[in-house]
Amino acid sequence: MSVHTLRIDGRDLAVPEGTTLLQAAREAGIAIPTLCHLEGLSPVAACRLCLVEVEGAGKLLPACITPASEGMVVHTATPRLQDIRRTVVELLFTEGNHVCAICVANGHCELQDLAVSTGMDHSRLPYRFPDRHVDLSHPFFGLDHNRCVLCTRCVRVCDEVEGAHVWDVGWRGEHCRIIAGLEEPWGAVDACTDCGKCVEVCPTGALFHKGDTTAEKQGEPARLQALVHARRHQQWDP
Amino acid sequence: MTSSPPARDSRARVRLATVWLAGCSGCHMSFLDLDEWLIELAERAEIVYSPVGSDRKTYPDNVDVCLVEGGVANTDNLELLRQVRARTRVLISFGDCAITANIPGMRNMLQGTDPVLRKAYLELADGSGQLPHAPGIVPELLERVLPVHELVPVELYLPGCPPSATRIRAALEPLLQGGWPELSGADLIRFG
Repeated sequence: MSVHTLRIDGRDLAVPEGTTLLQAAREAGIAIPTLCHLEGLSPVAACRLCLVEVEGAGKLLPACITPASEGMVVHTATPRLQDIRRTVVELLFTEGNHVCAICVANGHCELQDLAVSTGMDHSRLPYRFPDRHVDLSHPFFGLDHNRCVLCTRCVRVCDEVEGAHVWDVGWRGEHCRIIAGLEEPWGAVDACTDCGKCVEVCPTGALFHKGDTTAEKQGEPARLQALVHARRHQQWDP
Repeated sequence: MTSSPPARDSRARVRLATVWLAGCSGCHMSFLDLDEWLIELAERAEIVYSPVGSDRKTYPDNVDVCLVEGGVANTDNLELLRQVRARTRVLISFGDCAITANIPGMRNMLQGTDPVLRKAYLELADGSGQLPHAPGIVPELLERVLPVHELVPVELYLPGCPPSATRIRAALEPLLQGGWPELSGADLIRFG
């Protein structure tokens, strides 16, 4: 396997071919914020939080899907990138209805954490207050579209890990939303195995256990990662 | 977009005000949780207008710092906010309702005042419901509950539902000393 050498934030690194900029940065202890990315699921570069500057590239590149290549010079935290990241978080907050104070995920929410880490003490963009619904048709779980950031982790985990493919992305633009089955109530989709993996990987309070009340939901991405690791390496003993 | 601190004579006591608009008063309860530091605050600041610290009925001129709790939901809120802005040097958006519209803003999802009033006073009423209408007595609702900074310029943001007493002190203490607070990190700017 060939090795590429590159420079990230002034540090010279050597990584195996096929390593993404995000992996290379994280292995070197350089933090790049992410939201849609989750170790164990395929990357989709949907949220744009991990955009980085690569000298000579002419445009910003998402670190989660950009492979490291020989001689790359990468900047991950310039003032321009920091402003873009804060704006992305403001767009996410104002696009939906994120009322942290009464959310099941309050205190354990990746979007809430991103507001802190990007320094978002208020939104410079106006709030939309869209009219969205809540699907409570499943016996154990709920889906609150008000809190959904369309990261598609649920879509990917259900397809790639559970193999049930209950979730998809329907419609477009401001009407874009996660749909169950063929745009059916979640509880009416026979393919759902009630496994709850989508709830465990959801970064916000959009997918939740019905018994959870304010601040009670905690995501469990580590469970998914343990399962993916066990399957990949056929190591089933913890 | 935090602006620099407006000039002020640092020897004089700070003229401090607090107001609440469309909020639950929880931010003010958190302000009272400052406990014994309130005594120090009273020595270093003059409380010139506040529902929890002053009997004055009209918002005074020449206020140095004002904590504004709550979103802007009706014509009374809007009128008071405009007075605050015109007469205050440092306006602090105080708590999530002021910054995001938060819980009061959830009525915005019904898309307008008329559906909100119909839902509350007719559809969910026990049969004798009627829409409130008393011009000059009951303030009219605005079409949407808005965050403070969507209506007037704001110098400082203090998120939280409510912001903890520690967080409030971190914002006020530098202002009392003629400085400017730098608020960052989960302890000081987390929503919720």
